[in-house]
Amino acid sequence: MLLSHSDTIRWIQRYRDLIADNVDELNKLDAAIGDGDFGASMQRGLNAVVAVLGPGEPDSIGKLLHTVGTTLVSAMGGTSGPLVGTVFTKMARVVGDVDAVEASALVVAFRAAADGVGVLGGAERGDKTMLDSLLPAVEAMEAVVGGDHTLQTVLHSAAEAARTGAERTIELHARKGRASYVGSGGVGCIDPGATGMRYMFAALHDVVGEGIHYSEGTQ
Amino acid sequence: MKKLINDPAEVVADALTGMAAVHPDMLTIHRNPDFIRRRNSPVAGKVALVSGGGSGHEPMHGGFVGIGMLDAACPGAVFTSPSANQIQAAAAAVATEAGVLFIVKNYTGDRLNFTMAAEWLADDGIPCEVVLVDDDVAVENSTHTAGRRGTGATVLVEKIAGAAAEQGRSLLAVAQLARRVNAGARSMGLALTSSTVPHVGSPNFVIGDAEVELGVGIHGEPGRRRIPHAPVKELVALLSEAVIGDLPFVAGDRVIAFTNGLGGTPLIELYIAAGELAACCAAHGLTVARSLAGSYITALEMAGCTITLLRVDDEMLELWDAPVTTAALRW
Repeated sequence: MLLSHSDTIRWIQRYRDLIADNVDELNKLDAAIGDGDFGASMQRGLNAVVAVLGPGEPDSIGKLLHTVGTTLVSAMGGTSGPLVGTVFTKMARVVGDVDAVEASALVVAFRAAADGVGVLGGAERGDKTMLDSLLPAVEAMEAVVGGDHTLQTVLHSAAEAARTGAERTIELHARKGRASYVGSGGVGCIDPGATGMRYMFAALHDVVGEGIHYSEGTQ
Repeated sequence: MKKLINDPAEVVADALTGMAAVHPDMLTIHRNPDFIRRRNSPVAGKVALVSGGGSGHEPMHGGFVGIGMLDAACPGAVFTSPSANQIQAAAAAVATEAGVLFIVKNYTGDRLNFTMAAEWLADDGIPCEVVLVDDDVAVENSTHTAGRRGTGATVLVEKIAGAAAEQGRSLLAVAQLARRVNAGARSMGLALTSSTVPHVGSPNFVIGDAEVELGVGIHGEPGRRRIPHAPVKELVALLSEAVIGDLPFVAGDRVIAFTNGLGGTPLIELYIAAGELAACCAAHGLTVARSLAGSYITALEMAGCTITLLRVDDEMLELWDAPVTTAALRW
């Protein structure tokens, strides 16, 4: 099974909805260690993205992902915009001008995304950032991709690893970003950035992995 | 808090309108995305210098756009990084085939947005270098923080690199020089009062009448410690000991000594502080080759100052002395 152009659009729409459903939680997580606007920023960014996407627009998955990334950068701004946006702009470069993506190419694209976020933010695993859910998800996919595994099972492993990774940030001491200025380093708090990535993989799994028929009629 | 504003949401926009009205001979203002560009830019054959950051630090950076300094500046919302798209638009507007140099204060948001814009420019075939300024000794540079902040050295880097670019030096040469200036500069600040972001409406932090925040950041971030207020002689001695000991500056070094007001401190007090800084330099055997005193990197209406020392050589001094025509700095 391939990830199609319309799957990609439904993924982003589902991501927008999951963030909207959890916006207060994300803001609360951020308030404990930052300035409390991460949920609102993500929601603003994804609303802007959904507004510029349409059926077949832009006309390849690579261009679509690039548009998602650059729109997130500008609409979210601040620190989180470039970091979250980079996930999509890096994927776009790997995927290229195609209208369907195989599981193996998708995993390579997510690896490029994780590496790109690491280079841009200067963070590593364990620094209590979005990488602490993004990297485990990439590694989980790399471990199962190929062989008999379907796109569904690959994305299931990613969603599970991202969820576990995000939850485990509660134990971590922040070494990057604003949480690093907090005296406790945010120990005892789940990282909002890692949680945002968790929802990104959950959305992809919802749409493709389980074949959920997502309503396209929402605003 | 009383402010000379119309609408907190329009502070940056209204200030840009004002800059356009005051400096039509020097600047062109672009709106949506917002940037300030040197009049008649791009300048053929010249490396374009672009900087920017959150608003609220005026005259930095828009006040340094003009001949011999910046080609463009991107103002974000107050104390908020400009967006990568905004930076890309500003850079594209002033870029030449000689390339673009980004001068970026080391705050996470600024660093990320400028880095991203640099990647996009490179994708479009425009050579681009990023120079980070991180001179504030108040924040220890360890793996547990995002690193040192950029403060006073930003003005020195922009002036010296700007003069080098005006001479027609290459992108790589200007970038290397800018990094060398940053590497030889150290700063530290103190605050007597807090400041109020217009759209927030209440002070960033509270500081008692008898207290001083030592090592404060230019957004009101906490410093090293809070101490009882004292005569400026003692306060500047504390700052300069930290600055001199950090590089370290040693007897025989020639320096540019920069005493910067944070917005709410009058020039008469800055001159007193500058005099004390000169005395501290002399006591350590440092030769003050040039001085600058005034409010160039502010934190809205915060009272206080930063001091910056830069170890200079003949090349840097010659570039420092080169003509500059901007809203805030000209000789």
